[in-house]
Amino acid sequence: MADKLSIIIVEPDRDRALLLVDSLRNAGDYDIHVISEITGLARSIRSHNPDMVLVDVANPSRDMLEELTLASGPLDRPVAIFVDQSDDGLARTAIEAGVSAYVVAGLKPERVKPIMDAAVARFNMFQRMRTELVATKKALEERKVIDRAKGLLMKARGVGEDEAYALLRRAAMDQNRRVAEVAQALVSTAGLLG
Amino acid sequence: MKGTTLSVGYIALTDAAPLIVAQEMGFAAEEGLELDLIKAPSWSSLRDMLVFGRVEAAHMLSPVPVASAMGLGGTGAPLSAVSVLNVNGNVIGVSNDLAQRLRDVGHSFDFTDARAAGQALIRAKNPDAPLRIGVPFPFSMHAELLYYWLSAVGLPAPQGVLIRTVPPPLMADAIAAGEIDAFCVGEPWGSITVENNAGELLLPGSAIWKFAPEKVLAVRTDWAEREEALMGRLIRSLWRAGRWLADPASKSLAAEMLSATNYLNLPAEVLDRALSGRLIISPRGELRDVPGFIGFHKGCATFPWRSQAEWIALQLAMRTGLDRDAALRAGRAAFRSDLHRAALQGSEADLPGASMKIEGAISAETSIASEGGRLSLLPDTFFDGRVFEPSGN
Repeated sequence: MADKLSIIIVEPDRDRALLLVDSLRNAGDYDIHVISEITGLARSIRSHNPDMVLVDVANPSRDMLEELTLASGPLDRPVAIFVDQSDDGLARTAIEAGVSAYVVAGLKPERVKPIMDAAVARFNMFQRMRTELVATKKALEERKVIDRAKGLLMKARGVGEDEAYALLRRAAMDQNRRVAEVAQALVSTAGLLG
Repeated sequence: MKGTTLSVGYIALTDAAPLIVAQEMGFAAEEGLELDLIKAPSWSSLRDMLVFGRVEAAHMLSPVPVASAMGLGGTGAPLSAVSVLNVNGNVIGVSNDLAQRLRDVGHSFDFTDARAAGQALIRAKNPDAPLRIGVPFPFSMHAELLYYWLSAVGLPAPQGVLIRTVPPPLMADAIAAGEIDAFCVGEPWGSITVENNAGELLLPGSAIWKFAPEKVLAVRTDWAEREEALMGRLIRSLWRAGRWLADPASKSLAAEMLSATNYLNLPAEVLDRALSGRLIISPRGELRDVPGFIGFHKGCATFPWRSQAEWIALQLAMRTGLDRDAALRAGRAAFRSDLHRAALQGSEADLPGASMKIEGAISAETSIASEGGRLSLLPDTFFDGRVFEPSGN
């Protein structure tokens, strides 16, 4: 089978899909389609009849693809789930990176490998970005809460900003908790005092 | 004593309760276990997490280990069901439009009579198009109950019915958007559809099969055999969590626990409906009491009967055209009544002496022979009165 492999990427986020397409294009000459619409997912994949489907593990719609493994009876099923386990560690690496792949039964591992390598590298990057974004958001939230707690303490105790922060930090050390947690507890109960 | 940590995956559903309760109420700690509960985004990813060792055990649809053993849906390590986490707990719901048409043909929404509801569906559906029904996963008790029920009332798939996969959290949206006419889903997603004014509930799953194994505790077979002692501790803590959940006094605390942001992150009041068996079936607030809506303990609910696995295997084999004898063999080997029994030996649990029963033959609570001699089984009949004779061995 020397034809170009056809690959479908299931990804609602357009920017991520484009990045993934670029990575795959660098890895080889493939026929790539992106599906961003969840409605009728299994049906639209079946109509494209791809050799391989890539989907984010975190996407709950992935369960819709399981229908494909049953599409026309299990004895001549057109799509085999996941990468062959015999391929050393590839499936595991993919899971850890957060990508699932469905491939046509019988597709040779050496044809799948470069695609998976490119996808895994890209997904690892997505995951790093996701983690960083979550961490940044959390830090921002925590700073807001700490500022509010400091404000409450300054008013209640008539102290300056530095001293208010020192009070919070001391309480955190005494209770063996993070400053942000102590601040959160203070802010969420301060309302009760009126 | 320093606990051993076990990673256990689950899906955000009411029937993840035994796992969450085991951790939160200290049943796991009693066995020296700490459960690291990991919420998975989908059934297929949870199955893969289990197969590739990201988690040691998982909340799993009862047909998944059976289907895997038959070579359906995914390759990888063989899986074993070592406990049943709950029996029943699903609901069948319909779109507002279909609910109105059901009322127009005189259906009463009594929420008990599966035959009457099925016949009303046939009269109410568009005769020119198949009924589109959403289920969470192709290998699920939801799909099996629907195929069984609808073909028995005269609406066979695929001519009359199209069964489609829709992830549970998207079920309410799918029915509101008109992509499906009906669904069968695990709670709380049926009640959430009612809350969102997107549909009405037609039947509890238990109206089709009174004692259907719904979720199981699944582990890799090689892990089960290598870590039998560790797994025994997990099985015992889940058994005790199930017993606690069966106490009516536990329901509201359980609902609160499940509703926490780090678990289901959904309103406790909506979760309580399934736990207490009091369901609100329409946006107008009509209430139905369903005794046995979901079971975690009574009637030996946690026992993985090999005959239950055979029933599932036979349904899958008939639908996919696989060899029946091979399917029965593979299926019953996936439900490990032997490991379950070994884990609970010597504990306060009383277990049946047999590993198979005739499914559908118990129409009233029945005492059976057990090691402690005080065990009773609950009704397990199918709505059409058929029985399933296991093949033996």
